[in-house]
Amino acid sequence: MRFVWRTASPALLRDVGLVCLADAIVAVSFGATCVGSGLAWWVPVALSVLVFAGGAQIAAVGVVLAGGSPVAAVLAGAVLNTRLLPYGFAVADVVGPVNPGATQVGAIATVRRWLARLLGTHVITDESVAFTLRQDSAERRRSAFWACGVALFVLWNVSVLLGVALGSAMRDTNAFGLDATFPAVMLALALPTLTSRPTRLAAGTGAVIAVALTPVLPAGLPLLAALGGLATRWGGWRGLLGRRSRPGPAGDGGAVTDTSEVPVGGGR
Amino acid sequence: MMPMTAIVALAVVTYGLRLTGPLLRGRVTVPAAAERLFADAATVLLIALAATSALTAGHGFAGWARPAGVLVAGVLAARRAPFPVVVLAAAGVTALFRLAGVS
Repeated sequence: MRFVWRTASPALLRDVGLVCLADAIVAVSFGATCVGSGLAWWVPVALSVLVFAGGAQIAAVGVVLAGGSPVAAVLAGAVLNTRLLPYGFAVADVVGPVNPGATQVGAIATVRRWLARLLGTHVITDESVAFTLRQDSAERRRSAFWACGVALFVLWNVSVLLGVALGSAMRDTNAFGLDATFPAVMLALALPTLTSRPTRLAAGTGAVIAVALTPVLPAGLPLLAALGGLATRWGGWRGLLGRRSRPGPAGDGGAVTDTSEVPVGGGR
Repeated sequence: MMPMTAIVALAVVTYGLRLTGPLLRGRVTVPAAAERLFADAATVLLIALAATSALTAGHGFAGWARPAGVLVAGVLAARRAPFPVVVLAAAGVTALFRLAGVS
């Protein structure tokens, strides 16, 4: 990790710190709301360590707290996390070992390289990808990815633990309005992605479908029914394919070319 | 109820989605159309989840305090307020409404 702190600029570390602070507030709220709503303490903790994707964690718990089945919760979380697939392609070049300059041969070095790659894979998030794509050199990309990824992982999990402790101590988390932070986070994450008219139409239709079906369908299903809003996109698909395809250099982070679509400051 | 098996299932799916890119690097690229579909599906889910969790509790209306807090947070987010401000505003406004006796 020494490599990271040596090459990361003070400005980068400051920005990473600010994003970590924002996510820490969300994490505390997440932990407190979970236990405040009657879930076991290990549910938010296990989700944060093993899944480590805030939007999906909050979505899965949201489905369960609304009375939905665990299967619906996993589905909702998985669909939200499909964005990690293009992210993985975008940052594939920096997910490897922290210090590629010291190339060593031999079995131990190979195992080390793979361990670093597998660890790095786990800290691919909205935030670490956004910071990585903003850098101009390969070395800076790498240090930005690792600085943000590792700092966020540590802070996110410590904050969830803190939230669990706070939530257990509070008599009524609703009195503090913590139940409003879940939908607020979802909204703040989604707003920057509502850039085109077809997307807005699909999202609006989906929201109306979900809210309208909530009184009549078992919990969890209205959310999946909301994906029907995507049907409004069919007409615009051909034009979208023709106009929107941007040439990106293959293997050079071409999967995600528009960094403005990566929401910063939430999503853990 | 959130059983450990469900958490592990979501963790495995999530890790698989993360690992595909680093594993297939340089050999495969995600088609732009598929990428946009994934992105839109996530947006639709986020907005639908925001709407249902802001407006409903169980099968009924959640009351006015929660949607009020989320609305203020949404306006702040649209005006590019810092993320901590957005989150604290949602909780603060909702808590104030409840303090005033509006559930």
